[in-house]
Amino acid sequence: MPHHTLRLPGPLPEPKGGVVAGPYHGWMPETSVRTYLDHAATTPMVPAAVEAWLAATAQVGNPSSLHASGRRARALLEESRERVAAVLDAHPSEVVFTSGGTEADNLAITGTYAARTAAHPRARAVVTSSIEHHAVLEAVEALEPRGAVVRLVAPDGHGEVRVDSVASAIEEIEAGGAAPALVTVMWANNEIGTIQPVQQVAALARERGIPVHSDAVQAVGPCGLSFRQSGLDLLSLSGHKLGGPMGIGALLVSRDARIDPIVHGGGHERGLRSGTVPVALVAALAAALEDVGARRAHETERLIALRDRLIGGALDLDLGIVVGGAWTAGSARDRLPGNAHLIVPGCEPDSLMFLLDAAGIEASTGSACQAGVPGRSHVLDALGVDSTQPVGVVRLTLGHSSTAADVDRAVDALATCVPQARTAYTVSA
Amino acid sequence: MRVVAAMSGGVDSAVAAARMLDAGHEVVGVHLALSQNAARLRESARGCCTIEDAGDARRVADRLGIPFYVWDMAARFRRDVMDDFAAEYAAGRTPNPCLRCNERIKFSALLDKAVALGFDAVATGHYARIVEGHQGRELHRAVDLAKDQSYVLGVLTTDQLARAFFPLGDTTKPQIRLEAAERGFSIAKKPDSHDICFIPDGDTRGFLTRHLGEQPGELVDAVTGAVVGEHSGSYGFTVGQRRGLGLDRSGLDGSPRYVVGVDGPRNRVLIGTADLLGVDVIVGDHVRWCGPPPEGAAAVGAQIRAHGEEVPATAYVEGGELHVRLAERMRGVAPGQSVVLYEGTRVVGSATIARTATARSQD
Repeated sequence: MPHHTLRLPGPLPEPKGGVVAGPYHGWMPETSVRTYLDHAATTPMVPAAVEAWLAATAQVGNPSSLHASGRRARALLEESRERVAAVLDAHPSEVVFTSGGTEADNLAITGTYAARTAAHPRARAVVTSSIEHHAVLEAVEALEPRGAVVRLVAPDGHGEVRVDSVASAIEEIEAGGAAPALVTVMWANNEIGTIQPVQQVAALARERGIPVHSDAVQAVGPCGLSFRQSGLDLLSLSGHKLGGPMGIGALLVSRDARIDPIVHGGGHERGLRSGTVPVALVAALAAALEDVGARRAHETERLIALRDRLIGGALDLDLGIVVGGAWTAGSARDRLPGNAHLIVPGCEPDSLMFLLDAAGIEASTGSACQAGVPGRSHVLDALGVDSTQPVGVVRLTLGHSSTAADVDRAVDALATCVPQARTAYTVSA
Repeated sequence: MRVVAAMSGGVDSAVAAARMLDAGHEVVGVHLALSQNAARLRESARGCCTIEDAGDARRVADRLGIPFYVWDMAARFRRDVMDDFAAEYAAGRTPNPCLRCNERIKFSALLDKAVALGFDAVATGHYARIVEGHQGRELHRAVDLAKDQSYVLGVLTTDQLARAFFPLGDTTKPQIRLEAAERGFSIAKKPDSHDICFIPDGDTRGFLTRHLGEQPGELVDAVTGAVVGEHSGSYGFTVGQRRGLGLDRSGLDGSPRYVVGVDGPRNRVLIGTADLLGVDVIVGDHVRWCGPPPEGAAAVGAQIRAHGEEVPATAYVEGGELHVRLAERMRGVAPGQSVVLYEGTRVVGSATIARTATARSQD
């Protein structure tokens, strides 16, 4: 039976009950040329993922149904699962689809804690780093009312969570007569892009029989990792950070991991994540992962060159800009190839973001926003950046659509925006 | 011009932003985050500074097709408005925080930042008018006298007014609501905010107690000096106040008693009868002119609270202080309040009331 595909959509429908935004012809962002340098927030879907999504979403079929349409949906789901597993060097039964990275982190942490404490009532400590994404930090904190003792491991001044620091934390917990329920350390930091020694942490935990998880949301695209060789029990990933769609992610769960579900009702996904699996999103995720995997070697070299051009250009402005976290030119060993995290003393982050936006540069502070206000970054705090002084932060992250012209525009914009943002701080402080 | 439209999430500032856009300006919407731990949702109709309000402002900006940002001025607001509010009460004065916010936040911190970032002016949804007079820009009352907010803008200098827009001053509030509905703003029927934005429950004394702690002291008869009662903090009292004195009886002659003075440094509240409340001389410092300062004694109208009546007066400056001689006695004039002077509908200037007197005692 020929696959029936949707045509690419025309103009988006108008919002219900409303008029679409009126034409705006100002100097401001909405109409000017945009330079998108926020790929760590989300990166454009790769064409292969768009095509896979369109093809699959045009078809009816719940993968749990027993009829022909259901079987076809199930076949696509399982084929996609096999492709995801193949790219990540995992077994298909180890792939549990979720709505995204946040849900994967929550399932890993909450589900493991529940199973572990049921089996080992003394195992109530959760060891994690102080620079985790909020999806991990807040999931861990949410366990405290259930008796969890949270142990945060600080990174060194370069933004690396050192293995010996993790080992000391575990030893202290054990010396106190308790036991760790879980160790979770991110693969690569979402703000400053530093890469963590996850495999060593995993080896350390495994030899003591402690379940170990890593939030690899930022790493799966650029790093080309192997779940089998990582030594991890659990690994989180997100579709839209690597060229797939929003609304889909996965938790890789090793076959011998002990973990309870947190969402109940139907027993989908190995009984760990109930709810109808969005087959089209899964197909798009598989396509994106394969696409990224096929281009990775070349793409990594390209992004490293762009990143170094960006960081070098920013430092050469002689504006007192500092790189947040470890950076070795020409290398992606200690820092993601596409991450340029710049600390700009003497100005406020929102002024700098505004001026860059007005100049057409789409960047981020990298930290979570509360109602549109960039919050103080817990990662900068962990790095020991002075919290009593105003500190502008610009996270510029590169992706598959980034070019040298993008990088040069960003450096040019920094040259004018940084002094102006500093003036704005001086007058309004 | 490049204009920042300060957008609270309410009806007025939404229409103000729309009108600036219609007038051909390049408009960017800015919501000020003024609370350091803003609630997610409005809990009553009174507040204006929740995350839900920021979202309402954002949706209006979306509708207008203008960029929108939230600027965090919570620390500055806390220092310059909230802490100042508490300190003024502690000193025995009665401040107006809206006026202080206009002076130090909206037309200072916000305006200065906007100018530094490349803007020319700030527009707000205040009900007041700016008129191009032959001696420069003039600040006038709004045509809707029931909503007129020129009083809380009376602290603005000519430099600040030169970079301000009040696009609603020529329209009445009901018409603004209609216009908001016609423009399709979902907030057209949103209730007006009332009271003090950082005291959404309206309990000023509770707010002050949390800030300043309980400070037990004495209620003292203003004439005899006799102790007539106790209080838990002089900051909880304001001149002209009758309720909440905790006195079980009126004066010796049976007439009602009022707060006639607050001695913050000694934490004493002075009590007396109504005849002690009437004053006709006001002396103020912190003098501001919204246009050219008057020469010599000027015949003006004086207003001492946001929606209070205007009383004919003569005003002149002496020794850096503003002296206002009222044509009739006013009651409930408290130090710390602002006296705003009008000439017709034009705002002449203002001062912060330092002390009051009756003409007889001056003679």
